[in-house]
Amino acid sequence: MIPACPLAALPRGEAIRLDADPPIAVFHTEDGELYAIDDTCTHQDASLADGWLEGCEVECPLHASRFDLRTGQVDAPPAKAPVRTHRVVVEDGTVYVEPSDLPPNLPPGVRSRSA
Amino acid sequence: MRSVAVVGASLAGLSAARALRAQGFDGRITMIGSEPHRPYDRPPLSKEFLAGHLAEADLVLEADGEDLAAEWRLGAAATGLERRSDGFAVPLADGTSVEADGVVIATGAVARELPWRLGGVHTLRTVDDARALRADLAGARRLVVIGAGFIGAEVAATARTLGLDVVIVEVAPAPFARALGPRMGAVLAGLHEDHGVRVVCGVAVRALTGDGRVDGVLLEDGRRLPADVVLAGIGARPAVEWLEGAGVEVGDGVLCDAGGGTSVPGVVAAGDCASWFDPGLGRHHRVEHWTGAAQRPATAVSTLLSGGTAAPDQAAPPYLWSDQYGRRVQFAGHAGPEDEVTVEEGDPDARSFLAVYRRDGRTTAVLGVDQVRQFTRWRRRIEPVGAR
Ligand SMILES: Cc1cc2nc3c(=O)[nH]c(=O)nc-3n(C[C@H](O)[C@H](O)[C@H](O)COP(=O)(O)OP(=O)(O)OC[C@H]3O[C@@H](n4cnc5c(N)ncnc54)[C@H](O)[C@@H]3O)c2cc1C
Ligand code: FES
Repeated sequence: MIPACPLAALPRGEAIRLDADPPIAVFHTEDGELYAIDDTCTHQDASLADGWLEGCEVECPLHASRFDLRTGQVDAPPAKAPVRTHRVVVEDGTVYVEPSDLPPNLPPGVRSRSA
Repeated sequence: MRSVAVVGASLAGLSAARALRAQGFDGRITMIGSEPHRPYDRPPLSKEFLAGHLAEADLVLEADGEDLAAEWRLGAAATGLERRSDGFAVPLADGTSVEADGVVIATGAVARELPWRLGGVHTLRTVDDARALRADLAGARRLVVIGAGFIGAEVAATARTLGLDVVIVEVAPAPFARALGPRMGAVLAGLHEDHGVRVVCGVAVRALTGDGRVDGVLLEDGRRLPADVVLAGIGARPAVEWLEGAGVEVGDGVLCDAGGGTSVPGVVAAGDCASWFDPGLGRHHRVEHWTGAAQRPATAVSTLLSGGTAAPDQAAPPYLWSDQYGRRVQFAGHAGPEDEVTVEEGDPDARSFLAVYRRDGRTTAVLGVDQVRQFTRWRRRIEPVGAR
């Protein structure tokens, strides 16, 4: 499990990017839910933590494909592949992320540091 | 309506075909494209593809297994649009003809060319152009880019990153001034200068020199810039000549209402070839950016399928992005020459900032350089000029 941040440092409506490999975005929705997905859009190199959060969806800041934070699914092109979702746990006021062990769908031209 | 011909098989054409199916059209779709390629993405052509980081297969716009049940007529340009009593016929350059009840015009734009024909002189619009430019840059030392628009600036940045000496020549007094205004244009010029690219403004090109192959660019003030390769980034004109005599009204592109309808019922247009009426501006305006070509075809298709009775969605303000030297530039809205520009975040000298354009207290446009998160928020505050 990766410690993300104190829960108090992530208000509702905000997101943070974790410097994992590949990076992970953690969102705190207006409804108070916490979700984690891969931070890099599957279309091109854009950080979804910089995107527009609406309900349980985040809109990519570059070309506006929307990803469902619960499933990782994308609604419409240009992104074609889903992002991975990661489990989020809060313990003693700290947000932790348990990274998925599936392979990530990184966009062409972007490689994970370990690969 | 039982059949639709989509003329132009690139981003706007593909987006139109997707929208037809998404809106329940189950008739015949014929995709007509003059290029031999399936729809591909152009923005990487001046960026990652030119740099060699992306392959041709990475440019494909269709998803794996995506099937729009369309008939593809690739490598055959439409040469006209004829009205029939019961619809339209689109004659093709190969002598055949496609008949359809409705037509989507999505023929995009064509790069403007310099009047001098010499080896080593390029324009950049197609993947074939990009391949040729990439091959030429590989053996070159000095590149001169004529025209400081976004494509020219991106090619300059990519070539610089590949190690070439680069000069940008712009006839206007400041680069990017038409899109961004003089002050922010100068900031972007500074980004190039930071990386050792010379930006020469306010002087026109008199001639290209060279015997068979270009060896220099002669400026009106008598200066001569040596060059192994020249890129003309002097804009693009809408590809609408094939519509001559068809009765479709054309100005700077196909003139459309705010829903993409043309002067001919049953014919709509979208993408770089189309000049939609912008109710906020109170005039027609041709948007030449990726997001417009991706999103507006859905509105045009609902205009087509409803016979023009569907009230069009208010089109989103024009938006573009550009990548130069690893910096992400984003711009949305319409900047006017009189707009007041304030920096709201970051610092232009650090090449990371967010600037807001305002007129009479309204936010008209937003520019971000490496400020993606702030840009995401600020762009939602843009108000059309005519609003309120
Ligand atoms: C190098 C480059 C970099 C770019 N970078 C960016 C960027 O970073 N950000 C951004 O927002 N935008 C960018 N753009 C702009 C973006 O790519 C265009 O807005 C978009 O491609 C427009 O799509 P379109 O389908 O309307 O037209 P096009 O992509 O021009 O496609 C039109 C198609 O129609 C075909 N055609 C033309 N005439 C006929 C005919 N008579 N019959 C049949 N077919 C015909 C053409 O061959 C072409 O395939 C860039 C463009 C280029 C060239
Ligand atoms: S980078 Fe996310 S949609 Fe293009």
